[in-house]
Amino acid sequence: MKNTLNLRKYTPARVSLGLAGCALPTQDLLDLELAQAEARDAVHAALDVDRLLAGTEALGLHPVPLRSAAPDRAEYLRNPGLGRTLAAESISTLLGCCENWTGGCDLVLVLGDGLSASAANRHALPLIEVLLPLLRDEAWVLGPLCIVEQSRVGIGDAVGAVINPRFSVVLIGERPGLSSADSLGAYITWQPRPGRSDAERNCISNIRPEGLGYQEAAKRLSYLLHEGRRRGLTGVGLKDDLRIEGPAAQLLR
Amino acid sequence: MTVGEFRDWLLGAEATPARLAALAPSLMPEMAAAVSKLMRVQDLISVASRIHVVTHFRSTVGLPGRLSTRLQPNHPTDDTAGVGASILDGLLMGSGDAVIGINPASDNVGTVTTLLRLVDHVRQKFAIPVQSCVLAHLTTQMEALNAGAPVDLLFQSIGGTEATNTSFGINLAMLDEASQAARELQRGDTEPDRSTNIMYFETGQGSSLSANAHHGIDQQTCEARAYAVARRYSPMLVNTVVGFIGPEYLYDGKQIIRAGLEDHLCGKLLGLPMGCDICYTTHADADSDDTDTLLTLLAAAGVNYIMGVPGADDVMLSYQSTSFHDALYIRSLLGLRPAPEFEAWLAETDLRQLAMPELMPAALSAGRTAR
Repeated sequence: MKNTLNLRKYTPARVSLGLAGCALPTQDLLDLELAQAEARDAVHAALDVDRLLAGTEALGLHPVPLRSAAPDRAEYLRNPGLGRTLAAESISTLLGCCENWTGGCDLVLVLGDGLSASAANRHALPLIEVLLPLLRDEAWVLGPLCIVEQSRVGIGDAVGAVINPRFSVVLIGERPGLSSADSLGAYITWQPRPGRSDAERNCISNIRPEGLGYQEAAKRLSYLLHEGRRRGLTGVGLKDDLRIEGPAAQLLR
Repeated sequence: MTVGEFRDWLLGAEATPARLAALAPSLMPEMAAAVSKLMRVQDLISVASRIHVVTHFRSTVGLPGRLSTRLQPNHPTDDTAGVGASILDGLLMGSGDAVIGINPASDNVGTVTTLLRLVDHVRQKFAIPVQSCVLAHLTTQMEALNAGAPVDLLFQSIGGTEATNTSFGINLAMLDEASQAARELQRGDTEPDRSTNIMYFETGQGSSLSANAHHGIDQQTCEARAYAVARRYSPMLVNTVVGFIGPEYLYDGKQIIRAGLEDHLCGKLLGLPMGCDICYTTHADADSDDTDTLLTLLAAAGVNYIMGVPGADDVMLSYQSTSFHDALYIRSLLGLRPAPEFEAWLAETDLRQLAMPELMPAALSAGRTAR
């Protein structure tokens, strides 16, 4: 049985591969192993903090550089709890900048490396750039923009414990795959504080030009924030019910 | 009887397939976990290989001498043509006899409904004896079901403590109600009850620890307790997604291989139709040599089904599982065959008629042309 159709134009998945007996032909095998090596490299890349600080400041935000409790990448991978906790000196830094928000804030944006600093380095600024006008239209009061090295999704809860915003949005690098070493995820949490479970968050994943584009991601984010504020919750109780447009809508009847 | 004596009994001649099947409903999950810890790899394989758990919806999965696959045609944005292309690729490689099961990128009722209609269309158009599933959250699937979507198997990730299941946004009452609602659709083809096996569960060591919901219990015991949750529903399919959560739970290939064999045995001891998503992530110290090894060992242990992902690279979930090619390898090596209904369909069908335009529902194709 030989697979001769060319299905690659429909999907980034590795369809229509050849066969050497039952196995992958050598070229396909080598392609796969190269992708594996590149994804491994993304896991160990570093967040470009200087560029992100300058870029977010240029957008009129107030960025603050922070670190999680994980001292290095090796410890970060072995002990995820550390990536959800702020380093002691970072808590002081954050407390210091709270003085600028005496009236409190609605929303804190948190930017983290997660498992792919490449994703945050490439996609955080362009996403924030298209998201900001939507947030301003809805009159969100933004707190400091926290840039956190060696962080996990739960770092937004640690930030929330210090600042007490109504919502956090954590923009963070997702685990690299063989076809996407730079996917950005966005996690929205109402009243973020340590102890929040994943069922209490909403997630938008695979944000990158080849996946979910910046405009569409920003639209979904601002929709979820709008609905979350209206109903006072995030998580499984809040569905991503943005109407489906285009040909797929015809199947919904 | 001590746990060690239980191990001896399981390895001895008295532990016949009939006696093992009779034991399954009464075995405590904690004891299954305990005995698996005393076992070496060869014990985990030889005991499991004597337990056959057979389930049926439209195809029969788990018969001796058979190995099925879940066709996993995920797409990063749930694009229907993209999903359709991976389904087609898988069917042409003989994959999909356990289920065509899609992980949606978006947990959105509209998306879930669209994908369910797509697979239902493909299944009916080509008369394929398979079942479908879209692995959204249980509540999203229920919304789709209540709005009339064609739901075959109902999926949920489950864990081995109440707090883990809370972190998944579910509890037993919700599972009871949902499984009852899906059963009432009677979409399978057995008589008199067309929906004896309706549920599809996924589990994996580390989920309780990851949700900080383990109460100090080790991850292997938490995992076996998840199987006791599954046992309550006589599911069609259950698989551990071993190696998915990351190196903080299963550090490297050696640990993933052992955990996969432990999970398979514990599930089978508790009477579950165990499959395995043999996988790893790029931040773990594992690679495709490890998945090849675990695949070969689990097939020797009689695993009911494995995953079929194009080129082993899941472009939506960003992890590496087993491929359509891998299933061909292991079936050919050990003489394992697909589910009988699916095997007959492959033999009777002119696969050349399976092509993209024919595969896509008219509503979608028309929409695409009009664009």
